[in-house]
Amino acid sequence: MSLTFIFFTVLAILAIASAIVTITARNPVISALSLVFHFFMLAGLYLTLNAQFIAAIQILVYAGAIMVLVIFVIMLLNLGDEEKLKEKFNLRKVIAVLLASVLIIQFFLIYLLTRSGKIEIAENTAKLSTVQSIGQVLFSEYLLPFEAIGLLLLAAIIGAIVLAKRKLT
Amino acid sequence: MLIEYVPLILMVIVGFVLAVVFLFAAEWLGARRTTREKQTTYESGMIPVGNARQRFSVKFYMVAVSFIVFDIEVVFLYPWATQLTTLGLTAFIAVIIFIVILFAGYFYELVKGGFNWD
Amino acid sequence: MFSELQLGSSLILISFFAITIVIVDALFQKNKTVGFSYALFGFILTAVASAINLYQAPSLIIPLNSENLITKGMIVFGGYSSFFDILFCMGAILTMFASREYLKREYHEYTEFYSLLIFSVSGMMFIGHANNMLMIFVGIELMSIPFYILAGFIRTNFKSIEASLKYFLLGSFATGFLLYGIAMIYGATGSLGFTEISKSIASGINSTTILVIGIGLIIVGLSFKVAAFPFHQWAPDVYHGSPTIVTGFMSTAGKAAAILAFMIIARNLMPEKIVSGKFNFDTHTLQNIIAWISAGTMLVGNITALVQKNVKRMLAYSSVAHAGYLLMGIVANSQLGWQGITFYATAYLFMQIGAFVIVGLIERGEENNLNIEDYAGLSKSHPMLAAMMAMFMLSLAGIPPMAGFFGKYYLFAAAIKSGFTWLTIVAVIATIISMYFYISLIIQMYFKDRTEKELEIKTGLGLISLIICTIGVLLFGVFPSLLLDLTRQCFQLLG
Repeated sequence: MSLTFIFFTVLAILAIASAIVTITARNPVISALSLVFHFFMLAGLYLTLNAQFIAAIQILVYAGAIMVLVIFVIMLLNLGDEEKLKEKFNLRKVIAVLLASVLIIQFFLIYLLTRSGKIEIAENTAKLSTVQSIGQVLFSEYLLPFEAIGLLLLAAIIGAIVLAKRKLT
Repeated sequence: MLIEYVPLILMVIVGFVLAVVFLFAAEWLGARRTTREKQTTYESGMIPVGNARQRFSVKFYMVAVSFIVFDIEVVFLYPWATQLTTLGLTAFIAVIIFIVILFAGYFYELVKGGFNWD
Repeated sequence: MFSELQLGSSLILISFFAITIVIVDALFQKNKTVGFSYALFGFILTAVASAINLYQAPSLIIPLNSENLITKGMIVFGGYSSFFDILFCMGAILTMFASREYLKREYHEYTEFYSLLIFSVSGMMFIGHANNMLMIFVGIELMSIPFYILAGFIRTNFKSIEASLKYFLLGSFATGFLLYGIAMIYGATGSLGFTEISKSIASGINSTTILVIGIGLIIVGLSFKVAAFPFHQWAPDVYHGSPTIVTGFMSTAGKAAAILAFMIIARNLMPEKIVSGKFNFDTHTLQNIIAWISAGTMLVGNITALVQKNVKRMLAYSSVAHAGYLLMGIVANSQLGWQGITFYATAYLFMQIGAFVIVGLIERGEENNLNIEDYAGLSKSHPMLAAMMAMFMLSLAGIPPMAGFFGKYYLFAAAIKSGFTWLTIVAVIATIISMYFYISLIIQMYFKDRTEKELEIKTGLGLISLIICTIGVLLFGVFPSLLLDLTRQCFQLLG
């Protein structure tokens, strides 16, 4: 048992636990906070994969910025009456669970049936995922998608104004 | 390789434990003599009226969205900054274009009153 | 050879106009005409640039020694990519002409509408030019995000907001699937570039597990984007709730772009020659899966359209069915099939936008005059509009002299040639079913009398787009070879 394995197991269990709390909590604020916790655990999992930059971004953008948005929306909606969130047992949910389990079994079967060789893991992953090497690839090979993302962000700004601004002139 | 992160993990754990300890220490050590008056909401001596929970204005949401967009812009610039010297002129021009694109967005939002608190 | 800058001029132009219209919008807030003309000018200029590109490079150019290029082999030039550039700009121009009057009537005439149109068109053009999974993904997102906003553009209408939210939630869920799939394929083949992916699939790879799961996830994501059978449920609600003009644009140019993305990906996942080795992934399985999706889409779309009383909803369901026809070209996985898709997408753009423009003209406010009965007696009060609508309906149904017929014909022929006769039989049955609701609208217009007050219809600039649509439907219906010759070259490769 290596250190990585212990680290991974602890993080994975905590991540799943906090994800379950997120979807089962009655109080939306508790839900949101456990989602923050979940994001932190995911960041830790990225570290086990040697993706330092992604881990840092996960905390900066997701646990920081995106969660602010989520909390804002909760406050905008002002869900005071948590009891309203209580869901009832219905047929649709049963079918959803059944279909989800079918999907998992299917994935597992595909895995078993087509297990035809080893998946190779590149040896230099630690080197590949540093900020420096991401910068190197992003600004040479993936320059065009990067610029397209600039357009995407601009579209998002317009979208925010169109949908949320009180008075449009 | 994971051994490099041990100080980081230790710091996170220590930070977390400290916060928990302080929180519970205050709870355990502090004196507790509750009265009816102490339990009510503090409203400068007035008797509280209505629900404390009020609907947030959508204006806050605008601020948050603008923040995220420009936050992501900075995230993209960070890897470039670390490799500024090796990447050369092409990448520099590309980043300038990227910043110009988002500056157009900034200008738009400024003129349209996205930053105004009207 | 032409330079990269020259061949990429359409992409550069649309991106330039996307950035600058935002500034134009900010500077000329009061005068809506400035933004409108600027956007229109942008689309026309881009279309002209793409036409020049198509003329210079009628066959597809995939940059080989991509190391020296700025784009690093991320995009292809000429051929079908230029053709679809023109098509997307055409769709946007038609939408723009019709939108002026519509937005004014709904009190939502903001320049943002035109800027969002430019953004989504730029996304579509990135899809068309993509030669890399990442590029196609960014393109799909750049197209979809303006769509989410456009769907909720009429902010005072609850239906519109609901459509926007539904579209956004389900769309981002599908995007997740797509992204997972792309990651899996990257894991299996070790590359994001289509050239490398198809090469490594053709020569056999070590692990099929990841590849199969990846392809499955990608098909789920793309099926959602094109609104194909098991994932089509969002389409009627979104198309019904969105502003009619936006629906016209989303269900034509947006659908064409999604189908194009599907086509490019499927084409590279199913290389012609597979060296049998360790690799045991059968492309026929993939073809069969898409064939089933296609058959289901056609049948479900047309059968549910039968019972609709609301014309907008009926057209929404029929647009689901048309995605099924378009998928047949992907199933065929041959030059003929891709040509069929290109032809049909072009024909479909004209007929569907035309139909939605007329629906938008007759519609009043929130949910008024949308039922099939409201079209009664249209031939007497507005003979021009009724004649055009009848023509679009006939074309959608696939009646011979119209463009829709030849589109269907080429797709059916391609499917038969690739050995999917059963799919063609299903498609013919679905087409026959679809006749009923298209014809019933024509019957309403020509053989029923209007009981209520006559409608006052102000076409405005919308007339221009209606005339262009009519010309398109007739021209490509009477002279299909014009378009077919063009599309034949589009799919030939040039080194």
